Amino acid sequence: MTEMLEISDLTVHFQINQGAIEAVDHINLTIRRGEILGLVGESGSGKSVTSFAILRLIRPPGRVVSGSVHFDGIDLGSLPEEQMRRMRGAKIAMVSQTPRTALNPLLTVGRQISRLLMVHAGLSTREAEKRMLEMLRLVRIPAPEKRANQYPHQLSGGMCQRVMIAMALATSPQLLLADEPTTGLDVSIAAKILDLLRELSAKTGAAIMLVTHDLGVVADICDRVAVMHAGQVVECAPVRELFHNPAHPYTKALVRSIPRVDRDVVLEPIPGSVPSLVNPPSGCRYAGRCEWAMDRCRVSRPPMVEAAPGHVVACYGFEERRGTC
Amino acid sequence: MVFFNYVARRFALALPTLFGVSVICFTLTYLLPGNPAMVKAGPFATPEHLAEMERQMGLDRPFPEQYYRYVSGIFKGDLGESASTGRPVSQDFLQRLPATLELNLASLLIAIVIGLPLGVLSAVHRDTLVDHIGRVVGIMGVAMPSFLTGLLFVYVFFYMLDLAPSPLGRLGSGIEPPAHVTGLYVIDSLITGNWTTLRSSLHQLMLPAGTLGLSAIAPVARMVRSTMLEILESDYIKAAWAAGLPRRTVIYRDALRNALIPVITISGIVFGFLMAGNAVVESVFSWPGIGNYAVTALLTKDSAPIQSFILFVAVTCVMVNLAVDIAYGLIDPRIRFS
Repeated sequence: MTEMLEISDLTVHFQINQGAIEAVDHINLTIRRGEILGLVGESGSGKSVTSFAILRLIRPPGRVVSGSVHFDGIDLGSLPEEQMRRMRGAKIAMVSQTPRTALNPLLTVGRQISRLLMVHAGLSTREAEKRMLEMLRLVRIPAPEKRANQYPHQLSGGMCQRVMIAMALATSPQLLLADEPTTGLDVSIAAKILDLLRELSAKTGAAIMLVTHDLGVVADICDRVAVMHAGQVVECAPVRELFHNPAHPYTKALVRSIPRVDRDVVLEPIPGSVPSLVNPPSGCRYAGRCEWAMDRCRVSRPPMVEAAPGHVVACYGFEERRGTC
Repeated sequence: MVFFNYVARRFALALPTLFGVSVICFTLTYLLPGNPAMVKAGPFATPEHLAEMERQMGLDRPFPEQYYRYVSGIFKGDLGESASTGRPVSQDFLQRLPATLELNLASLLIAIVIGLPLGVLSAVHRDTLVDHIGRVVGIMGVAMPSFLTGLLFVYVFFYMLDLAPSPLGRLGSGIEPPAHVTGLYVIDSLITGNWTTLRSSLHQLMLPAGTLGLSAIAPVARMVRSTMLEILESDYIKAAWAAGLPRRTVIYRDALRNALIPVITISGIVFGFLMAGNAVVESVFSWPGIGNYAVTALLTKDSAPIQSFILFVAVTCVMVNLAVDIAYGLIDPRIRFS
C-alpha cells in the first residue's frame, strides 16, 4: 500500500445545547509517504479538528461519529489507548499554530525536547541531551547550548516555532501534522519556517499534512492539496492542477482571492461566510454561497468524482458543465 | 542577582503596608470608647489621680506623639501590658504563639493534603460523581461555622465514639511538655524522641486542627479545580497530549506544576484566614494560643492584647504574602528571569 495515512468517511460532531456542530462531515483523505499535503479552507472549516481526530484526541463534547483512520495499515481507532499514545509524538507528531503558548512555560525548551526522546526513544538523559542539541542545530537555532537552557518566554515567536518543529521531528515521525505553523509569525520568519519544513521533510522522509488557510503557502511547498469547506472536503488535486484547473466553484473563488503581484487583477472576496455547522442542511454546504447552485445541490450531497487523473471534486455543477463541453 | 532584586523589591513594597496596618491598628484603639487610665486607676480614683495617671501613660499628649510612642514601643518589643494578667503582652504572646502556630500549620496541612487532590480529581473528572462529591464536601466545610463543627466533633468523636481526648489544651492530663526547642509540641517531641508526648500532642491536635482545616479545604480545592481546568484546556497541555506524553506526566507534572502557582497564593490567603479564624476554635478546645487569649481579652475589655492581636494577624498576613511572592519567583521562571 502506498498510502501511509488513510482517512475514510470521518465524521466528528461537537455536542452543544442547540444540537450537534458537524465540524467534520464524512471526509476521505490520503497522505502518501514523504509527500506534503496541504489542507486548506477558511476558519471553522474543520481543518484543525481533522488533525486532532487523526491523533484520536477529540474530547467531549466532541465525538468521532463515524469513519476510520488507518496509519501504515493499522486501524488507529481500534488501538488500545496506551499503544495510541506511543504513536503520538513518535510516529505522528504535531506542530501547533500557537508556538508561544504551546510550550510549557515552566520547563526549559531543551528539557521539553529531551524528555520526549526519553519517553519515546527510551534514551538516557545524556543521550537525549545530545540528540536534543542536534535537533536545535538542525532547525538552525543559534547558540543551541544557551537556548536549550532558556524558558519559552525568553524566546521569540519564530524561535519557539523552531523549537516546536525540533520537538516534533526529534523522534523521527513518519507524519507531521503542521497546524497553521506560520500563523502569528512575521512574513519573512514564516517563509523561513516553511523552507525549513520542506527541507526537513525531504531530509527525514516525513510526510507533512500542512493545515492552513493560506493558498500562497500551499503553492509554495505542497505536493497535493485538499480543499475543505464547512467540514467537507470539496476538492483534492496535485498542487499545479488545482491552481491551473480548479474544478469546484469554492476552489475557483479561493484561487481568485489570492493577491498577485505579476498580474493586474481585482481581488474578489468569496460571498457569504461558512454556514452554521449546527444541524446543517443535507446537500452541498457551499450551495448557499455558490453561483452554480441548483435545486439538487440543496437536497443531496454531491459525490466525489474524478475530474482528471488524481484530481477529484464533489460538485454537481461541475459534472453538468463537463457533460456539455 | 535578578532574583535577589526581586525579593528586595517585594520586601520594600511590604513596608508601606505594614505602616498602614500600624496606623489603622492604633487609630482603632485610640477611637474606641473607654479610658485605659480609668481601668488602671481603678473605679474609686479621684479626678486628680486620674489626670495624674493619664499624664503618666502619655494619654494627654497629641495623637501623632502617642502614635510615635506606640510604634517605637513596638520596635522595642513593648506591646503594652495586659490588665487581666498584669504581664507585658509581648511575654504572654510569645508564650502562646507556638500553640497557635502548631494549630494553624496543622490545619493548613490538612486543608492542602485533602484540598489539593480533591481539586485535581474534580478537575480531571469534571462533572462526574467525584466532582459533585468534592463540591458538596467543600461547600459544607465552608458553610459550617467553626464553633459548630468543633462542638459536633467533640460530641461525636469524644463523647459518643471516645476516639478523641477531652478538648482541653495541648496535652493529655499527666503528660509533661517536651523540652523546649521550637515550642511546637509535635516537632519538639519528635526531635527529642519523646514518643508518649508525641502521641498525646497529636491526639489533642486532631480535633481542633480538623475543625479549622475543614473550613479551609473548600477554598483550596475550588482554587485547584478551577486552575487545573483552565490549564488542562491550555495549548501546552494539548500539545503535551499530542506529543504522546504519558497521562501521569501530563496531568501531575505539566498541569499540576502550573496549577500550583495560584495554589500558593490561596495557601497564603488561607493561612491569614486561619490566623484570624482560629480564635473561635481555640476557645472551643481550650487551646492555649493567642486566639484564645484575644477572645478572653475581648470579653474583659483588655485593650492592649486586642490591639496586639490585630496587629499580629495583619503583620502575619503581610509576611505570608511576602513569602508567597518569593515562592512565586522560585517556581515560575517568568518571574525569576524578568
